Amino acid sequence: MVSHQQKVQVPDEWFKPIGKDAEKAESVVRPSLSYWKDAWRRLRKNKLAMGGLVFLIILTLFAIFAPILSPHNIETTQYANQNLAPSSKHWFGTDDKGWDVFTRTWHGARVSLFVGVAAALIDFFIGIIYGGISGYKGGRTDTVMMRIIEILYGLPHLLVVILLMVIMGPSLTTIIVALTITGWVGMARIVRGQVLQIKNYEFVTASKSFGARTPRIIRKNLLPNTMGPIIVQMTLTVPSAIFAEAFLSFIGLGIQAPVASWGVMANDALPVILSGHWWRLFFPAFFISMTMFAFNVLGDGMQDALDPKLRG
Amino acid sequence: MAIYIVKRFFMMIATILIIATLTFFLMHSIPGSPFDEERTSNPTIQANLEKFYKLDQPTHVQYVHYLKSIATFDFGPSIKKPNESVNKLLARGFPISFELGMVTILVAVISGITLGTFAALRHNGIIDYAAMAFAVIGISVPNFVLATVLIQQVAVNWNLLPPATWSSPLHMILPTLALATGPTAIIARLTRSSMLEVLTQDYMKMARAKGLSPMRIVLRHALRNALMPIVTIMGTMLAGILTGTFVIEKIFAIPGMGKYFVESINNRDYPVIMGSTVFYSSFLVFMLFLVDIVYGFLDPRIKLHRKEGDA
Repeated sequence: MVSHQQKVQVPDEWFKPIGKDAEKAESVVRPSLSYWKDAWRRLRKNKLAMGGLVFLIILTLFAIFAPILSPHNIETTQYANQNLAPSSKHWFGTDDKGWDVFTRTWHGARVSLFVGVAAALIDFFIGIIYGGISGYKGGRTDTVMMRIIEILYGLPHLLVVILLMVIMGPSLTTIIVALTITGWVGMARIVRGQVLQIKNYEFVTASKSFGARTPRIIRKNLLPNTMGPIIVQMTLTVPSAIFAEAFLSFIGLGIQAPVASWGVMANDALPVILSGHWWRLFFPAFFISMTMFAFNVLGDGMQDALDPKLRG
Repeated sequence: MAIYIVKRFFMMIATILIIATLTFFLMHSIPGSPFDEERTSNPTIQANLEKFYKLDQPTHVQYVHYLKSIATFDFGPSIKKPNESVNKLLARGFPISFELGMVTILVAVISGITLGTFAALRHNGIIDYAAMAFAVIGISVPNFVLATVLIQQVAVNWNLLPPATWSSPLHMILPTLALATGPTAIIARLTRSSMLEVLTQDYMKMARAKGLSPMRIVLRHALRNALMPIVTIMGTMLAGILTGTFVIEKIFAIPGMGKYFVESINNRDYPVIMGSTVFYSSFLVFMLFLVDIVYGFLDPRIKLHRKEGDA
């Protein structure tokens, strides 16, 4: 309290104007960053998202190399090695056919990642074309295209996928086809919304007034500026495709042995869960969950990083 | 509003029609007759069977007959289970599945909104971080994994709750928990982000300046506005829970429709697959229709007959 009331001497020269420095006013304080560099800088600060990214990179490397390097054979049944607990020879144990769960897990990683990435990529291409045309053309074309989408959006996706799988017979191609037949709708809606918004911005008008033709406008003006939400949507499509594959395998519509998928492995392990072979369920379940977790946090992180409103 | 409801109603009918048609033609594109694998080598029996199921008539006649039977809620017989029809299976199984679904929705909505609200009110606090950690994990762990872990730990290792079936409220806890965790997590995240946005609005300052109690501010002014996005996702969420019941019922041996459906998939009982798909889709599409109408009533800001082209 005492110090608060002390009188402070303020010399007059503290109050002289500094004056404008013409050179300093024009200087750029921060280095100029492109949209992508800035997004990457912000994503790098997000520890959880970076953790997810690192996990996915390691997972991909293992999925590529582990089955090649593994000494265990998972083509023929080996009843001598049935249901062994995890050990130094079989790191994740073995299953009821004597197959090494570690090796199968990485085969499963290949399937899951492939399904997820393929579904996201196909959604991306169909969505960009459909949504792009619908949003850019506008008018009656847009109305008709959006009516179709509205009806498709009302379809219960997983039921349609189940139906398609029953008809076409379970295989990897079928899963991807079934997932993309229903999946592109969400992407098309996002692309259309973005294009609709951006096509009215001034820089597009400027581009048009310089005589740019439609393909150039779509390529140079519209697509780069819609990429943010599209990439986020793709990142979030992957875990839902992985889940759908696991779900289908789990209700008996998965791909057939000896090709492993995490969902199939979990499904096979279910009847024996009470006999104490925990490793057979634990490893596939753990990797399904971790992969979905990694993609989800990465998607969330990218959403924040790519949002121009949050650009600091 | 009336125009909107009528329009939405016709869209609903169109969607159901598309599903029914798709199902019909997909099922017909399967090569061979459903009786091929049965040992009915006697041609007379074969012919009689085909006549009974109207398989001897041309496709378009079958299609019209099929649409008629759907309009009258008759989904046909089961081929693999004698003396059973899809209607019988539905009558037996669907009430149980419906109960499971409704209990799940109730649990998910109540706990999700509570969790999300507290997280938003304690933004960047411990509750917030804990709730969001739970939410990301809840979204990432598939329900069938959670279900098996729950059975293994809670029912078998700790012997706290019964591991299977649906015969008493105690039996309901584990299946509901397994099925509700995902939706709870989604609702909690959505409530949180939408609450955070609402809390910064000027009318919140106004409410505080008027001297309203914090309870009243949160419940009447913040939450009511923050809940709109949750109504929007209710439709997709219902679809997720409904398909979720398939695996949950399989794991917990609950005799609901999901169990029959998965069974029919596994032994390729096409009429049952077809009937339950159409029934489930129609049910979901109808739910989406209800959600849309509720949304229209709740939010006075949405113009119900919007201009063409900006749907």
